Amino acid sequence: MSLRTPLGRVRGLGSAREGTEHFWRQRLTAVANVPLIVFFVVFLVAHAGAPYAEVTASLSNPIVAVLMGMVLVSALIHMRIGMQVIIEDYIHGEGAKVALLMLNTFFTVLVGALSIFAVLKLGFGG
Amino acid sequence: MASATGTKRERPLSPHLTIYRPYPTMVMSIVHRITGGALYVGTFFVAWWLVAAASGEAYFNWVNGILGSVLGLIVLFGYTWVLVHHMAGGIRHLVWDTGRGLEKETSTTFAWVTLAASASLTVIIWIAVFIVR
Repeated sequence: MSLRTPLGRVRGLGSAREGTEHFWRQRLTAVANVPLIVFFVVFLVAHAGAPYAEVTASLSNPIVAVLMGMVLVSALIHMRIGMQVIIEDYIHGEGAKVALLMLNTFFTVLVGALSIFAVLKLGFGG
Repeated sequence: MASATGTKRERPLSPHLTIYRPYPTMVMSIVHRITGGALYVGTFFVAWWLVAAASGEAYFNWVNGILGSVLGLIVLFGYTWVLVHHMAGGIRHLVWDTGRGLEKETSTTFAWVTLAASASLTVIIWIAVFIVR
């Protein structure tokens, strides 16, 4: 039996001190992704198969570069949480699960580091 | 699950995918997860394309020969549909988070609406962008 009040338990966010953190962050990035991904889809279609000069000229536009950076950050956070849920749902072996959860983060950080560096490099003038 | 004697005993499972007849909300739920997984893979190609653009013309042209090929463009069309569909499904989830639209008929309608919306929106975006391009 717990002697703590319901409010006290909610404030403590549970034993892991995280509580609804993932749930909330997934919704937060989902809402952010709606306008960002609309931009992203239009940008991709507008540059489908486009030549080098056209793509680099577009990505050197500061507004495009900032938007693309935000697309990457928001989408990658959302993506990492989503894949974590999939791994936790289907992978039951403790070793494999821990390994895949680590790989999930490594993949996200690697893709993010490479693409954000690329966007910044082009944004600052190639 | 291991018992006290160390032997593995099969536990009964609740009815699963192979038991139930597919219905719209179930299929859309599965599609939402599959599209999420596909988008995960897609980020690799987005990063590749961006890194290629930042690496210089020679490497970009080589990468563009693959990603900008007919097959590459077909995959890109599929990728944009998956993005839009996952977004439509996500908006449906955000509506559900408010406690609305959970009735059987409404949620089934939502399932069909997300499919129709994603397919038509993707085609509209491609046509509109190519007219402006």
